[in-house]
Amino acid sequence: DTTATLTIETSLPFTAHNCEPPSRSVTTSPSELLSFFRTMALMRRMEIAADSLYKAKLIRGFCHLYDGQEAVAVGMEAGTTKKDCIITAYRDHCTFLGRGGTLLEIYAELMGRRDGCSKGKGGSMHFYKKDSGFYGGHGIVGAQVPLGCGLAFGQKYLKDESVTFALYGDGAANQGQLFEALNIAALWDLPAILVCENNHYGMGTAEWRAAKSPAYYKRGDYVPGLKVDGMDVLAVKQACKFAKEHALKNGPLILEMDTYRYHGHSMSDPGSTYRTRDEISGVRQERDPIERVRKLLLSHDIATEKELKDTEKEVRKEVDEAIAKAKDSPMPDPSDLFSNVYVKGYGVEAFGVDRKEVRVTLP
Amino acid sequence: KQMTVRDALNSALDEEMSADSKVFLMGEEVGEYQGAYKITKGLLEKYGPERVLDTPITEAGFTGIGVGAAYYGLKPVVEFMTFNFSMQAIDHIINSAAKSNYMSAGQISVPIVFRGPNGAAAGVGAQHSHCYASWYGSCPGLKVLAPYSAEDARGLLKAAIRDPDPVVFLENELLYGESFPVSAEVLDSSFCLPIGKAKIEREGKDVTITAFSKMVGFALKAAEILEKEGISAEVINLRSIRPLDRPTINASVRKTNRLVTVEEGFPQHGVGAEICTSVIEESFGYLDAPVERIAGADVPMPYAANLERLAVPHVEDIVRAAKRACHRSVPLAAAA
Repeated sequence: DTTATLTIETSLPFTAHNCEPPSRSVTTSPSELLSFFRTMALMRRMEIAADSLYKAKLIRGFCHLYDGQEAVAVGMEAGTTKKDCIITAYRDHCTFLGRGGTLLEIYAELMGRRDGCSKGKGGSMHFYKKDSGFYGGHGIVGAQVPLGCGLAFGQKYLKDESVTFALYGDGAANQGQLFEALNIAALWDLPAILVCENNHYGMGTAEWRAAKSPAYYKRGDYVPGLKVDGMDVLAVKQACKFAKEHALKNGPLILEMDTYRYHGHSMSDPGSTYRTRDEISGVRQERDPIERVRKLLLSHDIATEKELKDTEKEVRKEVDEAIAKAKDSPMPDPSDLFSNVYVKGYGVEAFGVDRKEVRVTLP
Repeated sequence: KQMTVRDALNSALDEEMSADSKVFLMGEEVGEYQGAYKITKGLLEKYGPERVLDTPITEAGFTGIGVGAAYYGLKPVVEFMTFNFSMQAIDHIINSAAKSNYMSAGQISVPIVFRGPNGAAAGVGAQHSHCYASWYGSCPGLKVLAPYSAEDARGLLKAAIRDPDPVVFLENELLYGESFPVSAEVLDSSFCLPIGKAKIEREGKDVTITAFSKMVGFALKAAEILEKEGISAEVINLRSIRPLDRPTINASVRKTNRLVTVEEGFPQHGVGAEICTSVIEESFGYLDAPVERIAGADVPMPYAANLERLAVPHVEDIVRAAKRACHRSVPLAAAA
């Protein structure tokens, strides 16, 4: 029975600050574990393929990959609904996929094509899916945290009984505006959950070189916090459920997800100058979020090695097909240069590079 | 009937809050203190603390929260005690508000108003006397409005709140207490002015003077003086810095053949520079004299009264520039 209830202990205890931690026993089911495995494997494959596309010069500019951190995006979806909002920084491909975005929308956006989720106008860092509560995709480090508290303000104002998860890295955790927004969120009891995805390096700066106190779950002082093993999808799910309940009742909370990125910060960073290869391979061997779920599936006789290998083959095929489709997607129409500057342009003239050559009327 | 700019702004906020429950106010001292300049007086009592929110003195935080609330579909009106402090939050105004609709191909619209006093006040020194019209005016995705009269204040603020895009609304502290005549139409709760349209405050045929905010009053006074000397000046109240009403400006210059631009801000890369460019691009052949520019002096605002006076435009500066423009109609060779 794939829907039978399973109770699994998190591999590490939660560490709480100013609150009682949730139970380590997480309720799940065989079908949920299978879907965790599949989605995380898909994300992993998707990012690795994006790496190749970048190297083939089909993706331009900045590209920040999420492989290693998949359990955070997937566990968070399991602990929330699409009425809850999520907002994140520039490492946003997998968060978008988790919210229901499609592979085609992702690859087409990465390649600057018309079928992209932002019609090719946003790029890697600017994915959005408002209809399922995903508000981007932000390129300015830390800015998404006040914005997320603003989403939570909207949820409270409209009495929607939903919450916002605002994700940021350990680099952004030292931004002043984060503390400004957290102060207001606490003053106004906003249902905002600040999720620090601590991958231990802000670009190439190790956390201890940037933070006097790298205990990010405690950095809210008067705001409760919880440190979570961010490589354990079940722990993430449990923490997000707990956080949602807490935030609706008591206002903001910080979740620190202890996670790891396998890739460098972005495509220009080999990711091996400020950390050792041993460190990376150690995490892969001991803490990898996908391998952890694979072991659970095998030890509970939910799937066989072969079935899981087949799943990985399937997602690989899915990714390849999406890339092929995205490559066929046309470039944006030149007229799209001037669309969406405003919702209401009042028929005002706007100009191209040579205004005698290109002038348009904004709709 | 007369109305102060302060009452015009206050009544506009009141009416738009009453018309749409998604409109709310936030900022420093907007609630219990009744507004640092009393623009939000009485609104906390009327609409309650859910819709009139006193914030800490942390502009980056509360502006980001305002923008996030707008993403969610609310219509925040964010007050900056003065626009100088918006520098603490300019990232959210530009990167989070102005660009989101474009970056998301229309998914994330940002119906928000950033308002407060802008430009030089009196005797407050460099960090509290700075016009940001050209800064915000240069950024696509923003709309930038600058009211002069009570009619402007009411009509433009109501338009800004109803608008689906982010609007920077630049008021002037020294105008808050000034009274202007208002018609029954202006006082009607349905009153609203179009965004992107300038107003010809005074018709004339010899020289066009463009101005916004407090400088419109100075330009009108200059026009009166010029009239006594036989020069008929047309005064354009820009009202909207972005979109800029290029057609109205150019039509006027094609009629008068001369242009003086007036602003309190710094001259370099200013609003006047953009207007001058537009006229040279569109109406070069109609100009009978070089464009004249009156602007704040190219220095941070000094404190001492005599120096401060030298740093901001006065009526006589506008008069002088207008005359210069008019006298240039005499061929240079003949004048020599």
